[in-house]
Amino acid sequence: MQVSINVNGSSQAHDVEARTLLVHYLRESCGLTGTNVGCDSSSCGACTIHLNGEAVKSCTVFAAQADGDEVTTIEGLADGDTLHPMQQAFHECHALQCGYCTPGMVMAAVSLLDEEPNADEATVREGLEGNLCRCTGYHNIVKAVLSQSGGGQ
Amino acid sequence: MIPAAFDYKRAGSAEEALSLLGEYGDDAKLLAGGHSLIPLMKYRLASPAVLIDIGKVSDLSYVNDAGDHLAIGALTRHRDIEINELIGSQMPLLAAATRNVGDPQVRHRGTIGGAVAHGDPASDIPAAMLALRATMVIAGPSGEREVAADDFFSGFLETDLGDTEMLKEIRIAKVPDATYSFQKFNRRAQDWAIVGAAILVNNGSSGVGLVNMDSKPIRAAAVEAALNSGANAADAAAQAAEGVEPPADLNATVDYRQHLARVLTRRGLEEAGR
Ligand SMILES: Cc1cc2nc3c(=O)[nH]c(=O)nc-3n(C[C@H](O)[C@H](O)[C@H](O)COP(=O)(O)OP(=O)(O)OC[C@H]3O[C@@H](n4cnc5c(N)ncnc54)[C@H](O)[C@@H]3O)c2cc1C
Ligand code: FES
Ligand code: FES
Repeated sequence: MQVSINVNGSSQAHDVEARTLLVHYLRESCGLTGTNVGCDSSSCGACTIHLNGEAVKSCTVFAAQADGDEVTTIEGLADGDTLHPMQQAFHECHALQCGYCTPGMVMAAVSLLDEEPNADEATVREGLEGNLCRCTGYHNIVKAVLSQSGGGQ
Repeated sequence: MIPAAFDYKRAGSAEEALSLLGEYGDDAKLLAGGHSLIPLMKYRLASPAVLIDIGKVSDLSYVNDAGDHLAIGALTRHRDIEINELIGSQMPLLAAATRNVGDPQVRHRGTIGGAVAHGDPASDIPAAMLALRATMVIAGPSGEREVAADDFFSGFLETDLGDTEMLKEIRIAKVPDATYSFQKFNRRAQDWAIVGAAILVNNGSSGVGLVNMDSKPIRAAAVEAALNSGANAADAAAQAAEGVEPPADLNATVDYRQHLARVLTRRGLEEAGR
């Protein structure tokens, strides 16, 4: 079937099987490999993207469900060579080690602060409960997100 | 993990969904948020031949003030319930239960109707439906009918919904003066409950719904009876495992679940000021 999605501001149309998951549509049809697959079972958050502005796990959405929608992936956050403030904060706070969880973590964090611009530490920790990181112990991730929150200073 | 192949149909309205259901019958499954059904399909525990996507039927996403009750559209997403002001003021127990569902990503996609129609005894939402004495509005080929939550959940992942019916709306009486608590015991953030309790303390008509304490979502009827006849929190909570048959699994034995039900019910009743 034909699935049309606006991805990072550009219209994409691809012929895919109905059972194609959104994450595979993004990685394979659109060639955007920034979004990772971790658990493939809605638990780890590595595949988090924004669907119509909200963080969702793209391993648990069919591309067909997003037909006509807007998707933002990690590739769509930066403005040219200028990192998105959340990406910059992850960089400065050393909020990544291997980097596997990072695209999903950043997308979840941006969505969280859209909804809770003044999130405090507890809100940030709870708001990121759907994202697992096996390297950092979360401390620096939380620090990075708090540095962008009105409630974190 | 890739699900088995299926035909995808998108319904633009409830009427269209019903006519597609009429056409495909039990070969078809409705797809709402997909956050219960897609995982099942990926594990190949479900392989419907046809999926009827109702996720974009936006006129079934609402919370309306209907006088003595709130009317909640089946396609209302968990996130929209969580932050809805009417729900926050008239039935905060439902907001509390919803905040306990999965994580923000899951709550952005999953719908209240999907959580109810799935009929999962491990889900937080049916317990809240039982405690709040919700009424399900079901649409089918011959019109609409109403079913009380008590009669709706009929077995493990089984409900009163027929193959050609869909859940359209959930009606819940306002209880602005009731006190409440939602208790959930799990080991890791974001996990499903090992046991949970949805507690509504309301003069003479208290409600207690249990999570994961039977093969279907169930009320702690003995606790409710004790509360309604004036028992204190400890005495009422002692009845929490009466008349229910909890499962045993990797997370907990039957005895442990019974113990958790009593402890969580007592904590919840105390939190609700009983
Ligand atoms: C990682 C993860 C963690 C989760 N954690 C929790 C948790 O802690 N607590 C909890 O309670 N839930 C949890 N959930 C489940 C979540 O609440 C789901 O959103 C919900 O159970 C199903 O809603 P849905 O809209 O996604 O339904 P779907 O998956 O689309 O549908 C589920 C079933 O209901 C049927 N259906 C859907 N809508 C209707 C309708 N209107 N009429 C008739 N039939 C319908 C479908 O055909 C299907 O059989 C979790 C899910 C995930 C992926
Ligand atoms: S890959 Fe989607 S949540 Fe882990
Ligand atoms: S940085 Fe390695 S998993 Fe998070």
